Amino acid sequence: MATTADTFQAHAEPHDHDHDHDHKPAFFARWFMSTNHKDIGTMYLIFAIFAGVIGGAISGIMRLELAEPGIQYLQWWANFLGGKEATFDEALHLWNVLITAHGLIMVFFLVMPAVIGGFGNWFVPLMIGAPDMAFPRMNNISFWLTVAGFISLMASSLVPGGTGQGAGVGWTVYAPLSTYGSQGPAMDFAIFSLHLAGAGSILGAINFITTIFNMRAPGMTLHKMPLFVWSVLVTAFLLLLALPVLAAAITMLLTDRNFGTTFFDPAGGGDPVLYQHLFWFFGHPEVYIMILPAFGIISQIIATFSKKPVFGYLGMAYAMVAIGVVGFIVWAHHMYTTGLSVDTKMYFTAATMVIAVPTGVKIFSWIATMWGGSLEFKSPMVWAIGFIFLFTVGGVTGVVLANGGVDDNLHDTYYVVAHFHYVLSLGAVTALFAGFYYWFPKMSGRMHSEFLSHLQFWVFFVGVNLIFFPMHFLGLQGMPRRYPDYTAAYAHWNEVATFGYQIMAVSVGLFFLNVIYAFTMGRKAEGNYWGEGATTLEWTLSSPPPFHQYETLPVIEDKGHH
Amino acid sequence: MNRNARTAVSVGMLAVGMLALGYASVPLYRIFCQVTGFNGTTQRVDEAQAATVIPTGKQISIRFDGNVDPDLPWNFRPEQTTDRVTIGARDMAVFLAKNTSDHPVTGVASFNVEPEYTGKYFNKIQCFCFSEQTLQPGEEVRMPVLYYVDPELLKDDDAKAVEQITLSYTFHRKVEEGS
Repeated sequence: MATTADTFQAHAEPHDHDHDHDHKPAFFARWFMSTNHKDIGTMYLIFAIFAGVIGGAISGIMRLELAEPGIQYLQWWANFLGGKEATFDEALHLWNVLITAHGLIMVFFLVMPAVIGGFGNWFVPLMIGAPDMAFPRMNNISFWLTVAGFISLMASSLVPGGTGQGAGVGWTVYAPLSTYGSQGPAMDFAIFSLHLAGAGSILGAINFITTIFNMRAPGMTLHKMPLFVWSVLVTAFLLLLALPVLAAAITMLLTDRNFGTTFFDPAGGGDPVLYQHLFWFFGHPEVYIMILPAFGIISQIIATFSKKPVFGYLGMAYAMVAIGVVGFIVWAHHMYTTGLSVDTKMYFTAATMVIAVPTGVKIFSWIATMWGGSLEFKSPMVWAIGFIFLFTVGGVTGVVLANGGVDDNLHDTYYVVAHFHYVLSLGAVTALFAGFYYWFPKMSGRMHSEFLSHLQFWVFFVGVNLIFFPMHFLGLQGMPRRYPDYTAAYAHWNEVATFGYQIMAVSVGLFFLNVIYAFTMGRKAEGNYWGEGATTLEWTLSSPPPFHQYETLPVIEDKGHH
Repeated sequence: MNRNARTAVSVGMLAVGMLALGYASVPLYRIFCQVTGFNGTTQRVDEAQAATVIPTGKQISIRFDGNVDPDLPWNFRPEQTTDRVTIGARDMAVFLAKNTSDHPVTGVASFNVEPEYTGKYFNKIQCFCFSEQTLQPGEEVRMPVLYYVDPELLKDDDAKAVEQITLSYTFHRKVEEGS
């Protein structure tokens, strides 16, 4: 990247007490009527961590139940959460509610708010030399819409959803289970939750696109933008094109449920398979919405700790564009078992595999960046290398599943669960931790403990691999996903996975310990605490940056290299 | 309008356009299925088209399936479950329907064929499924389908090896508009 820190001597030195640009509003006005991109980013991150803990706790309940064959704890949970003696069917319904809540929370209220709302809000303006986002008030609306969506999803668990309390349909919300299969307001609350979160994300996407197109500092051409900014730009376009299709599909669900339309009801000439097409037309780009910003974060970190610009900058940027474009024409690989013809499957198999090419470009460019670099294994770098490994494992099983013929066998088995957790749970979340340790001192002004961060990495790495690697075996042996029970043949690897979960939970404890350490005992962070490798504009500012930055816009000189 | 507002409005239009496309996909999908036989959608032909088809010497087995939505108080089944027909020759299948309730009930049939990729070769000239059917209390009727299997099927690499096509109908209670 050509954006170098030394071309801009910020007015905001670490001990800047100029009240004109560092005057903060009072508590309520600052956090509830916030228009400051850094404050909103902070709120997004805190919200994402909060939601992530809930979503993670839900997976804990599920792993506990799956630790051995038979149903042990589900009945207790159903009684406990329902406040009365639940029937067996209600207990089974609770399982469906748990998988639904886990999926929706992790996708819409952990990963998306963290990578886009959190890191995107914090660092896109800083990295392109902009004083703030283009529409600060809209930014605030985006955040609170997301919070309202989360509350709506939580509320859905308190009202009837057919067999029992809550919406039990899976994150895909397939019709007809989500239409006449789930009577009661819980499903409506869950759908409304997606509307709110989707509206928030679309507004956020408009904000990012406008900011990146119009508010770059003088000299910051598109081809000089840091790769994280590129990743958010591509992601914003994916959000803009994919989310309205989801909005259309779930609005049709809502009118099918409540207003007598028959979009997905064969009795009125509708087709439930159409819902699947619409959902996955959104759903596949959605997985790139979650992973592209992670790619951006990893690119910044690898370059920083290799003390080299990223290898093949333009290739890296346009690989993300290519992934985004191709991501829109592969959706039916989620639907191989709906009776597609051989030719259709052939197309979707080939198109899906094409995505491995730009993704491979990225993996190899990261490795090439490290090659011959002056490597420094600070904690973000360790997390980033962990990301490359885990994401690649998930990518390889993705290529396996892309085959229509293979997927006929593996569809809806634990192999699929293993695959998408390797790319998202391990990939995206590992990148989140990488980004967190990379930027936390910049955001907070306090250094975290490198020791705790390294320790957390190794505990997390062992834990998540123990959870998810055995799931490949279970899937190949035919264990179906979304059931609370299984035959004794699957007992061993399920026990291992639950053991892995406990190890992973320890690593989350280490994470919170590290944050507490930073705020109580952490050293004050310098402006550029990672040293010469960190060359993007945010490192020219103090840590934390002043409340308002770049009152004099930085000028990026053309150094004639990338 | 300043530059930021212009950008925001134009990308906002993009989002609105995608929302519209989401809704437009409903009729587009229906047309797509009708034209391509996607999802096992059978084809509808008129007498004039049907008259041009020349029967081949090859035979194929057709299996008939009839079932009802749980909330429809009808008995509905095919008169015979299988039939062997000459590809290209028209044939008639009969389904039996009886209203077992004490009030008139209107039903509509949804239909498709298995394997789904034979949908575009399965041509119906007349079918009870083209319109809604009302049965009086206790009334029993014979419902005919006049159809043929298009000889083009034999030129399709996927479909030519198919030995049996299942034609399935499900009767649903007619959904009252706006109810």
